[in-house]
Amino acid sequence: MTAALFVFYLLAFVTVAAAVMVIAARNPVHAVLFLILAFFNSAGLLILVGAELVGMLLIVVYVGAVAVLFLFVVMMLDINFVQLREGFLQYLPVGALVGLVLLVELIMVLGTRVVPTTAAAMPRAAPEGVTNAEALGRLLYTDYFYLFQAAGVVLLVAIVGAITLTLRHRPDARRQDIAAQVRRRPQDTLEVRKVRPRSGI
Amino acid sequence: MADYLAEYLPVLIFLAIAIALAAMIVMASWMIAPQHPEREKLSAYECGFEPFDDARGRFDVRFYLVAILFIVFDLEVAFLFPWAVALGEIGVLGFWSMMLFLAVLTVGFVYEWRKGALEWE
Repeated sequence: MTAALFVFYLLAFVTVAAAVMVIAARNPVHAVLFLILAFFNSAGLLILVGAELVGMLLIVVYVGAVAVLFLFVVMMLDINFVQLREGFLQYLPVGALVGLVLLVELIMVLGTRVVPTTAAAMPRAAPEGVTNAEALGRLLYTDYFYLFQAAGVVLLVAIVGAITLTLRHRPDARRQDIAAQVRRRPQDTLEVRKVRPRSGI
Repeated sequence: MADYLAEYLPVLIFLAIAIALAAMIVMASWMIAPQHPEREKLSAYECGFEPFDDARGRFDVRFYLVAILFIVFDLEVAFLFPWAVALGEIGVLGFWSMMLFLAVLTVGFVYEWRKGALEWE
């Protein structure tokens, strides 16, 4: 168990250090790379407590997709990074206030719960003899039916929202119309004429 | 629990070897190769003249659209995994629950297809 404990402290330390670097890194692209490192280490922590599927999904969804999206957003913003850093400290009071409010909220939510102190009393990621994925599958689609369908609707809204916000057809772009190409017949476009010598058409 | 963690031991060993190897290669090239730092070596090179503008230009917003659409269907597939594993136990309700979920997302898929969001022009 000491090896697991060592791995836990290692992963937890790197997670926190990477999270600090996300807000401390001078270059936003580096910040996103540190974010990916933090995601990977959190996935390791989740696997360590037995939540295999959640850990793998953290890698697949967050590292694979969300981090790429963050990189896109960072690169799409046409900003001068040096200018961005100027006056960084003047936002510190506002940021500290928001952080404080969040901390108080977290304490109010978590303070009502009794945190178990022994490992045996901790909530399990899955019952004995069942994988994490199966334990999730047993609950998600039946017991949490409405929440699951709400997730589907949220994804639908995400599709529609992204398309309405960003899709612009360029009127001058020449697009391939395969149906028109297939429909085209020689009679419509070709004309064979007899040309007499020395007269032209 | 101990058996479960033991299954991940090869992953941990592999990770440690990867990190050690990467650190070794970087350190070796840093220590063995001759180092003559020069400011001009790091500056942008553009065929002899001064660079016109920053290399960090804006990306087309369509990359963002493709990434968002990818994430949505990535999540859809992610929901399929626990469903497939537990399908034998969740019965008819579990089956149709997923079918309804897929139908809702198919509406979105048809919408984006008809809108031409999947075409690159």
